[in-house]
This record gives sequence, C-alpha cells and structure tokens, in this order.
Amino acid sequence: MGADTSLWQLLSFGDSGWGDEFLRGAILTIEISLCAYGVGILFGLLGAWAKLTRSRSLRWLGDLYTTTVRAVPELLLIILLYYTGTTELKRLLVAIGFSDNIEINAFAAAVVTLGFVQGAYMTEVFRGAIQAVPDGVIEAARSLALKPRQRFRLIVLPLMIRYALPGMSNLWLVALKDSSLISVVGFSELLFTGKTAAASTKLYFFFYLFTALVYLFLTVCSNIGLRYLNRRVNRGFVRA
Amino acid sequence: MSGDFFEMLILRLLDGAVVTLKLLVLAGILGNLAAVGVAVARVSRNPLLRLPAQGFIEVIRGTPLLVQIYLFYYGLGALFAQMPEIRGSFLWPYLRDGFFYAVVALVVSTAAYSGEVLRGAILAVPNGEVEAARALGLSRFHILRFVILPRALRICLPTLGGETILLLKATALTSTITVMDMMGVANFIRSQTFRVYEPLLAAAVIYIIMTFVLTRGFLWLERRLSPDRPAIIKEMRH
Repeated sequence: MGADTSLWQLLSFGDSGWGDEFLRGAILTIEISLCAYGVGILFGLLGAWAKLTRSRSLRWLGDLYTTTVRAVPELLLIILLYYTGTTELKRLLVAIGFSDNIEINAFAAAVVTLGFVQGAYMTEVFRGAIQAVPDGVIEAARSLALKPRQRFRLIVLPLMIRYALPGMSNLWLVALKDSSLISVVGFSELLFTGKTAAASTKLYFFFYLFTALVYLFLTVCSNIGLRYLNRRVNRGFVRA
Repeated sequence: MSGDFFEMLILRLLDGAVVTLKLLVLAGILGNLAAVGVAVARVSRNPLLRLPAQGFIEVIRGTPLLVQIYLFYYGLGALFAQMPEIRGSFLWPYLRDGFFYAVVALVVSTAAYSGEVLRGAILAVPNGEVEAARALGLSRFHILRFVILPRALRICLPTLGGETILLLKATALTSTITVMDMMGVANFIRSQTFRVYEPLLAAAVIYIIMTFVLTRGFLWLERRLSPDRPAIIKEMRH
C-alpha cells in the first residue's frame, strides 16, 4: 500500500513528481512528430514529383532518395544527419558571414532529420496515389485548359487524398514512434524524459512502462482520429 | 595512416555485420514462428485467445521499439538483478548480456507485426479451399497446417519480405543497449575518432547491400513458391 502511494507521488506534478516533466516531454514529442510529418509531406510531394517527371536525372534522383533512405536504419540516418547536418549548416552560415558562435536549433535539426526520413516513405505513398488518379480525369482537365498548377491543386490533389490517406495515416504513427529515436542524440522529448526519470530514481521498469503507456495513449488517440478522417474522405464511396 | 584507418574500419564493421545478421536470423525465425501463434489466436473464435492476441498486437505496434528495448534491458534487467534466485542461476550470464534482451525485444516485436500481416493473409485464404479440405474429412488442425497456413504464407510473402527489411533496420536500435552490431561499431568508431562520415556511410552502404540481397532473396522465394503464377511474378519484378 505504501509503495503504491509513493509510485503515484512520483507521477504527480510539481517538484516532487515527474508528471509535469512527462507532460512537457509528451508535448514536445507531439510537436516534433507534427513538424517532421509536415516536412515529410513536403519532401514526399517533391519526391513524387521528381519520380513522375519526364526528366531522367530527376527520376534517378528520386529513386536514389527512396531506395537509400528506406534501406538504411533510421537511427543511422538520424545520427548521420544530426551530427553532420548541424556542423555543415554551421560552416555554411559562417562562410556566408554569420559570426561563428551561432547555435543550430536542436529542435529544427531533429525535425528536418525525421522529416527527411519520413519523406522517402511519403514519396512512395504519393506516387502510388497520384498514379491511381484516372488518366481520363487529367485529360479532361487538360482539355479544359487548366494550367499544370491548377490541374494539380484542383483536380489531382483532391482525388489522390482518398488513395493516399491510408498510407499517410500509417506514416503518422511511424512519425510518432520514430520521434523517440531523437532521444539518442540527447533531445529531451518523451523517451528522454522517461530515461532521465528512470535513471535518477533507479525505478527503471516503472518509468519505462509508464513511458510506453504514454506512447500507447498517443497512438490510440491518433488511431481514433485517423479512423474518423478515413471515413470522412471516403464518404460517398463506402458501401454498407 | 589513412589506409590503416579504412582497413580497421572495414574489419570492425564486418564484425558488427555478423552480429547484425545473427540478430536478424534469430529474431526473424523465432519471431515469425511466434507470429503464427499470434495470428491463429487473433482469428480464433474463442475470445480467450482472440482478445489477448489483439491486445498484444495493439500494445506492441502502438509503442516505439526503442521503448520496448529499454523496458526489457533496463527494466527487466534491473528487476532480475534484484532477485538472488535469478542472479545465482546458470541463466544469469545470458540475462546480464544486452544481446539476450535485444533478441527478446526483436522477437516480441516481430511476433506482433508479422502476426498482424499473417492474420490478414489467413482471412484472405479463399473459403472454397477450406470447405474443400473439410469435405475431404481433414481435421481442424490438418486444415490449418496443410491448407490455410501454406496458402496464407504465399499470400503474404511479399509483405513479409518488407517486414524482414524493417527488422534488419530495427536491429540497429539494439546498439543503444551495448550490443556491438554494425550500427554499434559505426557509432563507437565515430565517437572515438571524431570522424562522422566514414564509419556511418560505410555502415550505410553495407546495410543497403544487405537490403538488396534480402529483396532479391524474397523475390526468388516467391517465384519458387508460386510455380503456378509465373506471369504474376514476372510482372512483379518490374
């Protein structure tokens, strides 16, 4: 009984408990995942565009991006991009005249790194979805004299969303889980908070279990939201 | 000087690659065997089998593998260390080693992810084939063993190939619990020599080669297991 109450105390808010630290970690995890997801969508659209153009060198570049990033462990890419990316960017900024005591924001580095990895998977999702849009529809748009950009925004994008959404939903869950890898380079998101709490209290099992439960809570909530979203974009198509 | 560095780098990375392959093979075989049990339980009509399997899949797929690895290694490891009966047992040398927990975490994870894949494949087995087997008087176990599972395996083989590549990449996470796999070696050399590009890029190249070989291997397996569908396989190679 006494052990129980003290465990609850460990999760309380304020100086004596880890509750507020975990809340802050969870919010950071959500922020990183959301931003990385957004960056991933950008990279994915660019990648899908590169893979579907007529230019052979762009297609080759797109293929190189998706095959290498999807064949190499995320952890390796994160360590590689995190360490080299920040120093190279700093060197670049110093070269163009910034003073050399600038610091690259750790949050931005984490987001770009995760987004770059996400983008490779997103590319494949978008490529498949764009190709699933019937040719006739695009021909019709072309015969209506829509410009390429209008064609994409008004015709292709609304139609492809329905095909892309299952893959994108999956990738959101991947983003949420992969954000935990950032803890390895010392960024204090949810898992890092769990690590710190576990190490300073020596209650490893308890705090890692609690961390896992917080992640589970986030994914379960996401699943509920995504199911609703998938139903919504498919309204008019769903059969009883 | 520089030549020495590269020779050392390649040799150490190959040592790590052996550990990576060991993890892949152990977790791949044990995990997929466990996945069969998980999938069969998941499609069972008995809620006492179905619900735990469903919960297991949900929990494992809903939490990051890195958290699971920490939970096993630091969490269980710390609990075991407090129990004298475990500390004194002959198992303790294994239970102290990061490699053991790495295998356990990867097996559990594979059981859940492949289990879910296999579940879909079991549900995709044409009903007529099961009915035909029943009409031939096969027992329920024999139907499962000789009709449903072989058929389901062939249906989901491409997906399992993809899962195996994900497993290969997941083995890199075990480097965070002191396992000296390829990722662990690369990261160790990076921290010792302050050279970032060489060890990590060299490891990346070896991972890419491994992925390529795995992809080819699974395509070959698919072709071997589907002699009746040469056209489909040919199509898929593009």
